[in-house]
Amino acid sequence: MTEFVLECTGVSKKYGKKEVLKNINLQLERGKIIGLLGPNGSGKTTLIKIINGLLTADEGDIKVSGEQIGIESKKIISYLPDRTYLADWMKVKDIVGMFDDFYKDFSREKAEDMLKRLNINEDDRLKTLSKGNKEKVQLILVMSRQAQLYLLDEPIGGVDPAARDYILNTIITNYNPDASVVISTHLISDVEKVLDEAIFINNGEIVLHESVDDIREKYSTSVDGYFREVFKC
Amino acid sequence: MAWTFKDDRPIYSQLVEQIKIKIISGEWELGSRLSSVRELAEQAGVNPNTMQRALAELERDGLVHSKRTSGRFVTEDENMIKNVREAVAAENIAAFMESMKRLGFTESEIMDEFKKAVSQQTV
Repeated sequence: MTEFVLECTGVSKKYGKKEVLKNINLQLERGKIIGLLGPNGSGKTTLIKIINGLLTADEGDIKVSGEQIGIESKKIISYLPDRTYLADWMKVKDIVGMFDDFYKDFSREKAEDMLKRLNINEDDRLKTLSKGNKEKVQLILVMSRQAQLYLLDEPIGGVDPAARDYILNTIITNYNPDASVVISTHLISDVEKVLDEAIFINNGEIVLHESVDDIREKYSTSVDGYFREVFKC
Repeated sequence: MAWTFKDDRPIYSQLVEQIKIKIISGEWELGSRLSSVRELAEQAGVNPNTMQRALAELERDGLVHSKRTSGRFVTEDENMIKNVREAVAAENIAAFMESMKRLGFTESEIMDEFKKAVSQQTV
């Protein structure tokens, strides 16, 4: 296994004239939970989509576990988008079945166990679930895969605090020293205790990439507090 | 006892403190086996790497030790625990004295206030 689960070198992306990512250089070690933190429009989602192959970079090189972006890299990435993409009419068990068919590394048992423990009925159609439950279902599906890189785009936005705790707890308990989890979020103070490292991104550039402990020690403030200083409006 | 964390200090050092308290208070008994890193991380709501770092530090301090395949255990050295307990007590007392002095009390006044409070508590 390669040392880094993700390596980005000189990655840039433009939408027309607008530079959305400027010379991104990033190396993510395995076994880490990393926060990708930045204001709206800073380039977080674009970066995530480029890594999982939904968008193409204009410049630069990306390696996921040593692989170029393609079929092999997509196999080892588990992506949770910020907007639900699952067909609303499907039943929970249909989607579990779909993931099982699609992904070799999917554990049906794990998913079913987590769903049962949340009292989510397999026969319910997604559209009948509450927003919180829908988010939990999506997260469960994504975390039931044995991937090397998990990309979670705003996994806890729009849900109540108890659901947030559950989601973060699921992320902790799925910890695997060979894999890394990238959490892109605005809710920094909620997520902070769970993060190893924080990346601050602004206007398409990486402004900081440090361990949470170092940030707290150096600046005597939480990551949330430091973020507010750095990104003061 | 719930785990509580402050914002401005690294989490691992707060974990070290809180686990120390669990050990010296007897909440985690002498020689008892610790839950796995993952379970402890889950209970505390923190990153497993952070919990691991805290436990490694406690091992270096000798409060906790690992047996290769059986996991981690609280030390059986009662003397060491006694010493750590007294050290933590000294820190708490120093902090208390500091806060009282900031209110303007002298040391003998602090003793009087303290005795008053204690005698009122015990019925």
